[in-house]
This record gives sequence, C-alpha cells and structure tokens, in this order.
Amino acid sequence: MTTTEEKPAIDIDDVDLEFIEIIKKTGGPNIHNCYQCGTCSGSCPAGALTNFLVRNTIRKALLGLKEEVISSPDLWYCTTCYACTDRCPQDVKPTDVIKAIRNIAVAEGYMLGSHQKVAAKVVEAAHAVPLDKESWQNLRVKVGLEPVPPNASGNPWAVDEIRKITKKSGFEKLIGYREFVKAQKEKAKKKAEEKKAQKKE
Amino acid sequence: MAKKRPAFYHFLGCVTPHRYPSVERATNLVFEDLDMDLLDMVGATCCPAPGVFGSFDRVTWASIAARNLTIAEQGGHPITTGCNGCFASLFDSNYELKHDEELRKAVNENLAEIGREFKGSIEVTHYVDALFDTAGLSKIRKHVTHPLKGVRMALHPGCHWLRPSAIKKKDNSERPHIFRELCETSGATYVPYKDELICCGAGGAVRTADLEVSLRFTKQKFESIIAAGGADMIVTPCPFCLLQLDLGQVEISKLFGVDFNFDILHVSELLALAFGHSPNEFGLATHLQYLQRKSQPNWGRLGIET
Ligand code: SF4
Ligand code: SF4
Repeated sequence: MTTTEEKPAIDIDDVDLEFIEIIKKTGGPNIHNCYQCGTCSGSCPAGALTNFLVRNTIRKALLGLKEEVISSPDLWYCTTCYACTDRCPQDVKPTDVIKAIRNIAVAEGYMLGSHQKVAAKVVEAAHAVPLDKESWQNLRVKVGLEPVPPNASGNPWAVDEIRKITKKSGFEKLIGYREFVKAQKEKAKKKAEEKKAQKKE
Repeated sequence: MAKKRPAFYHFLGCVTPHRYPSVERATNLVFEDLDMDLLDMVGATCCPAPGVFGSFDRVTWASIAARNLTIAEQGGHPITTGCNGCFASLFDSNYELKHDEELRKAVNENLAEIGREFKGSIEVTHYVDALFDTAGLSKIRKHVTHPLKGVRMALHPGCHWLRPSAIKKKDNSERPHIFRELCETSGATYVPYKDELICCGAGGAVRTADLEVSLRFTKQKFESIIAAGGADMIVTPCPFCLLQLDLGQVEISKLFGVDFNFDILHVSELLALAFGHSPNEFGLATHLQYLQRKSQPNWGRLGIET
C-alpha cells in the first residue's frame, strides 16, 4: 500500500502563482475552468505511450508547481495533435497550455540539445530541413524539377531577413545561437585534427 | 466570358521540396490538370515548424510565419500548401494575428526590421481545400482515367489540417469525411481502422526529441491497420507524416526489429496516378524508404503495370 511517507505531499509553500498568469497570456484564459475530468488524458496518444500526463500537468500548473512542471522531460512528449483540445468540455485548450508551458521552460533554460539544433538550423538556413546536400538537389532533378526550389534555399537575402527577425525578437539569444555555432566550429576543427593525426599514424 | 483560373501562392515548406520532391512534382501535374495555377513564393522560408517553434517562442514563430504571409499579401492571392505542419503555422498565425492585437503589434515590430508588415489580407488553404472546395469532386472525377480499382487504401489524415476544429472549422474532427471523399475519387477502396485519427508521432517536436517514442505512435498505427485486415497503401495529405510513415518503416525495422511493408502516398501522388500520370513522371520510386532499402513500390499491389 502507498503511504504518505512513500509519497511526500506537495509543498504548498513552494507555489508560484505568477506562473499561471504567464501561462494564461499565451495559452488562453480558461485553465482555471479545468475540473479534472480526464477527457484530455483519455484522448492523448502520448499519454498512452509515455509517462506524459496532460491532466496531471494542468493540475500541477494550477497548483503553481512551476519548477516541477517546466523541468519534466515528459513535457516534450506531447505531439500537439489537438485531440484533447477538441474534446475538453471546459474549453481549457490543453494543447495551447502545454505550448505556453514549453515557452516558459525554454525561457528558463530547459531546452533539449536536439531542439536547439533544429532551431539553429532555421536561423542559419531559414529551413528546419535544409537543402544541405547535392544529393537532395539531384533527387529534385530526377523527378523533373529545378535543382533548387524558389524558397530561401536559393535566395540568401531571405536567410538574411530571418536572421534580422530572430535577432530582433531575442530568439538568437534565447537558443544560444552564437555559442552553438562556436561549439559546432570547434567540434568540426577537432574532428579534422583527429583525422589528420590518424592519417599520420 | 471565360471563368478566371483560380490561382494560389504555392507554399512548399521544407520536407516536400528538400526530401520528397515527388510530392511537389505530382502537385504541379494535378493542379495543372485541374486548371488551377500555382504561383512561386520567392524567398519563402520554413513555415516555421509549429510544434518546434511554437513550443520555443510564440512571438518568433508568429513573426517568421507572418513574413511568409506577407509574400502572398503583396500579390493578393490565397496560399495553398500540401503540408499539415505548414498549414498549421500559416493558418493559425494568420488567425491569431487577426484576433490578437498584442501579438500583431509584437510581430509587426519584428517585421519592421525588414520593411514588411502583416496586413491580414489573404487566406491560407491546404491542398485538400483547394481540391475539395475550389476544384470540386465532380471535376476531379472527370479526370480520373486510371481508377485504382481494388486497391485497399488506409488513410492517415493527420492532425493539423483538421484540428483544432474551433478555428479550422472544416470537418467533424471525430468523424471526418472530406479527406476520405477526396481520396475515394481515385477509385481505391477505403479501409477504416481504429487508430486512423491518431497522430503519426512526428509532430510537436517529438520526432526531434525522441525518435523511438515518436515511432511508437507510428508502429501503433501500422498494427491497427493490420488488425483491420491490412491495406495496400496509406494515403496522407502531409509530407512530414509521409516521412514518418515512409522512412519510419526503415527506422522501426532498425529500432524494434519489426518489418512493415506499406507504400505511403501523398494525396497529390494518389491523384496523379488516378489521372493517368505514370509513377515515373513524378518519381514515386524516390521515396526515402525505397532509396534506403534499395527497393521499389509494390507495383502489383498498387495495380500499376511495369
Ligand atoms: S479535458 Fe479539460 S476539463 Fe477535463 S481534465 Fe482535461 S483540461 Fe481539465
Ligand atoms: S495535443 Fe498533446 S496533450 Fe493533447 S492529446 Fe495530443 S499529444 Fe496529448
């Protein structure tokens, strides 16, 4: 049997009520309407396959357990499929709430390395999935298209525009773009040196 | 007076032009057959990916999306896109910017840096809308010269074309029929299965965060199709779902040791075949699962003579 000793009670002194107000700003005004019916979790494919629990996340957020909510790796298993949002009887819009919580998590430094990489790609190439190899161009030619599409891949001015937006909005800083690029360069340099050393051997 | 040809700004996104160009080519063929013009959006960027960017920073997400919208606003035609993710970013940001003054102000401050302004003067459509609403099923049926008779077709409509239904306002998201009716014009036989409406697993930055977890969704979907008696192909209106279902089979073999053998078609490719275009004309065999497995589509099962 589970006892209270095994499961410590929530420390209600450690609540952050401002958290809810920030969530409401971008995640919609209805989070307080949640009556914990569980329709969202019952509709959630991520909940069926992982430890992520959407109802639980909303309850914890309402209790102001900011640190616990934003630091949970499970937060990143929501696929934003909106099944919960379409079914929630209280119009909480759980998907938008999750996204708002993720925005806060990122702002507080909880960002996965893989996500930082995709974000950096958009800043760098204006495309999350760039035309970064000749083989992709050849594939286009093979199906009867121009090697480079009319999007930003062939238009460096468009990439400049994205750089200007992401600098102005603070996104470059948010994702640590400069540090990321520097680290990438150092990694590449190290790799090249290792290769050189191997050759010598 | 001759009726004016409908024209759309064609938003390509990333996955279609950079990984699955056969979808782009098939779309060009189908829209041309249906007398609809697709206009280039020169300098368009990533939509940007709604689950990824929307999860990181909403204002930056909306600003990059709005920049794409301004390209179409300058020419005054609606946008069409064949990707559920691009559709989500462009449609949702267009909607949110029209309804959220504060967001619009913040976005326009960012756009001012590059001499652009979001005006809110155009609409965003998905290929499914352009095909179903603008071309219409009766016109599409007239072009079906090579019906895929007897081919068992499972559907993966994906999420963001349909949901959240409060703002998408298209179809009943519990019992959708529009995508099915569109695909049925091809003459293939619709195979219902229990998990038809669940996500492919790629969205919301999950594929990037944890490939294995994202593939569990995909595997569940495939198993559900097999439990329903199996299908000869799966049709989707999204290249990111296509990537997850197509390349995902190769990844599932590696990670779970389970082999699936489904041909995955984008709805544009399905219609191109039904309209009598040969699979080589748009490069169906260039899907990444075939390139990686050094295999070919199951031509016989698709009813295609080679
Ligand atoms: S479905 Fe809505 S009301 Fe019910 S638990 Fe989920 S968020 Fe709360
Ligand atoms: S949007 Fe996220 S939380 Fe809601 S049902 Fe889908 S995966 Fe679950």
